[in-house]
Amino acid sequence: MAKTGLGRLADRLRAFPAPPGTKIMEVCGSHTVAIRRFGIQHLLPATVKLVSGPGCPVCVTPDHFIDEAIALARQGVTVTSFGDMLRVPGSRSALEKERAAGCDIRAVYSPLDALRIAEQEGKETVFLAVGFETTAPAIAAVAIRAGEKGIANFSLLTALRLVPPALKALMASDTELSGFLLPGHVSAVIGRQAYDFLPGQRLPGVIAGFSAEDIISSLMLLLEMHNKGIYKVMNNYPRVVRDAGNPTSRAVLAEVFTTADAAWRGLGSMPQSGLELRPAYAAMEARRRFAIRVRPGAARKACRCGDVLRGLIDPPACPLFNKACRPDQPLGPCMVSSEGSCSAWVTYG
Amino acid sequence: MCLAVPMKIIEIKGDMAVVESAGLRRDVGVMLLDKAKLGDWVLIHAGFAISKLTPRQARQTLAIFAEMQGLG
Ligand code: SF4
Repeated sequence: MAKTGLGRLADRLRAFPAPPGTKIMEVCGSHTVAIRRFGIQHLLPATVKLVSGPGCPVCVTPDHFIDEAIALARQGVTVTSFGDMLRVPGSRSALEKERAAGCDIRAVYSPLDALRIAEQEGKETVFLAVGFETTAPAIAAVAIRAGEKGIANFSLLTALRLVPPALKALMASDTELSGFLLPGHVSAVIGRQAYDFLPGQRLPGVIAGFSAEDIISSLMLLLEMHNKGIYKVMNNYPRVVRDAGNPTSRAVLAEVFTTADAAWRGLGSMPQSGLELRPAYAAMEARRRFAIRVRPGAARKACRCGDVLRGLIDPPACPLFNKACRPDQPLGPCMVSSEGSCSAWVTYG
Repeated sequence: MCLAVPMKIIEIKGDMAVVESAGLRRDVGVMLLDKAKLGDWVLIHAGFAISKLTPRQARQTLAIFAEMQGLG
């Protein structure tokens, strides 16, 4: 039987020349899942290593943030969040446990749902603002709407993070990287031009979509550039990503938020890598509105999520992987989130 | 967490719209797009349209979702 287009593409990737020690990082958690689901890691030439990066928002959110959310819930505030956050262990408990113990904690699909809960029920309602550039404009739009409608009982506990500053920190600390497979939907907002700093560091990048064809062809483009010493940022997802991204989304984002230094799990504090509310919206920050007291927690010792997020180890190198830490009983965020590398490795092998 | 799904705008109400795909309907915000129109295909993430698609691009993207679900 004749091979399908995808089969031929897979063969080409397998046979693609690549020098020993070629190391490519897929930055986005949705790519991690797609790669393992399609088995693309088995199609790579033997000299190429593909590592996961810090692109799972739930995974990079520090324990301290969960502790703050729990402290709010215990004060009787309604806490709303994307569902993925509920199972993430903080330093002592998880939101899911606190909900079982009677706290008002709800999973929502959109920050709009959180605003609706605040409006309809009238109680102090906090939304856990977690995510990257894909999600941040939606949260900014909801903040604007809350302001326009005068919904005074709605606030945000913010931990939004930005992708390019994390890439800058990674490439400064890991000199073995050969290139980045860049996120599709973050790039829909920030555009190809947001990565213009890569060529100066002699690194190629390719913005990729989420189908097997998208990912395989993007990996071949990266290998081709790496082989030839070409350092460019290519947009291989033009059905969604424009060079300038989505300026309307960025304008909404910039109206509400400004950049600030921020801490990431595994990566520490990185300059201008997070978002905080501008003065006009600062009253909407839950940390200002409520006294949140959190005792410093013990560092999570055995969990090596931080190293996984920097692409330094593969999940099976963690002694707890698929033993004490499993998807049904996760000990670290990289196993909790369906987009975490540890979870993707267990689920798809 | 950054995944987004293509849906079609079937009604616009100010800065909100009703979108539909595969029989599923949602109320979403359209203020993150420049001029969303009735009949446009858009990518939906966290309750907001974040990007416009041509009908062909939307079909391709929907086919990819079907492929991923088939595998999962
Ligand atoms: S397997 Fe579990 S404990 Fe180990 S790094 Fe992953 S999330 Fe952490």
